[in-house]
Amino acid sequence: MYSKGLAPLAAATAVTITTAFALVFFYAPNDADQGFVQKIFYVHVPMAIVALCGFIAGGLFAIRHLRSGDSSWDLRSYVAIHMSIILGLGVLVTGAIWAKASWGHWWVWDEPVLVSFLVVFLLYCVYYPLRFSIEDPSRQARYSSVFAIAAGAFVPLNFVAVRLAEAYTHPRVLSQTGGDLPGDMRLTFLVSLLGMALLFVTLWKLELTAKHASMQLKRLRNRARVAA
Amino acid sequence: MPALPLDEAGKYVAGAYVAFVALILIYVAIIGAKIARIDRQIAELVAEDDE
Repeated sequence: MYSKGLAPLAAATAVTITTAFALVFFYAPNDADQGFVQKIFYVHVPMAIVALCGFIAGGLFAIRHLRSGDSSWDLRSYVAIHMSIILGLGVLVTGAIWAKASWGHWWVWDEPVLVSFLVVFLLYCVYYPLRFSIEDPSRQARYSSVFAIAAGAFVPLNFVAVRLAEAYTHPRVLSQTGGDLPGDMRLTFLVSLLGMALLFVTLWKLELTAKHASMQLKRLRNRARVAA
Repeated sequence: MPALPLDEAGKYVAGAYVAFVALILIYVAIIGAKIARIDRQIAELVAEDDE
C-alpha cells in the first residue's frame, strides 16, 4: 500500500544526495566571508526547510483525517511529524556546529532563527507524550490531529515572526528577489534541497510501510488467537 | 569573526556532514531492525498456521 514506488524513489534520493555532496565539495566556491565553514549551510538549511515543511504536511494530513475519519491520514500525519523531529534533531546538531565555527559558541540565545527553531522542535516533542498517553485508538488519532493542526499553523506564524524581526537576525540568503546567493551556490543549494526533500519522502514511505505491516501483523495475530 | 583556516574549518564541516550521515544511518538501522522483527513474527505465524 505505502511501499509503491519506494525502490525508484530510494534510488533517486541516493543519486540526488550524492550529486549534491559532489557539488558542495567540488563545484560551489568557498564563501568570501565565512570561507570553507559555509559548506555546512548546504546540509543545515535544506534540512531545516524540509523539517518545517514536514511539520506543516503533518498538519495538512491531520485536517484530512478529521474531515474523512480515515485513520490512514492520521498515520501519515504522525509519520511526517516523526520524520521532521528526526531531521529537526539534525538541524540543531549541525546548527550548533556551524555556530561554534562561526561565532565561537555552540548556542547563541539572542539569535531569533536558532531559538525559534528550538521552540518549534520542543513544541513537537510534546506530540509523543500526548499521543501515547491516550489508549483509545480513535481518540488518540483525533487528539493528535488537533495538536498537529494547531502546531502546524504555528510553524508559518513563527517563520513570519522571525522575518518581521529581520533587523535583529543574520542576513537572508534566500528571498523573493533571489537573495544573495551567486548562481553556482544557488544551484548547489537547490540540488541539496531536492535531495533532502527526496530523503524525507523516502524515509516517510519506509516508516509508513513498516508501521502498516506491523499493524496488519497485529490484526492477523488477533484473528489467529480468536480462531484458536 | 574572520574566516577560519581550512584545517580548522574542515573539522567542523566534517563534523556536520558526519552528524547528518550518522543520523540517517542510525534511523535506517532502527527501521531495518523493526522490519526484521516483523519478518520474524510473520514466519512464526505461518509456522503456527502450518502446525
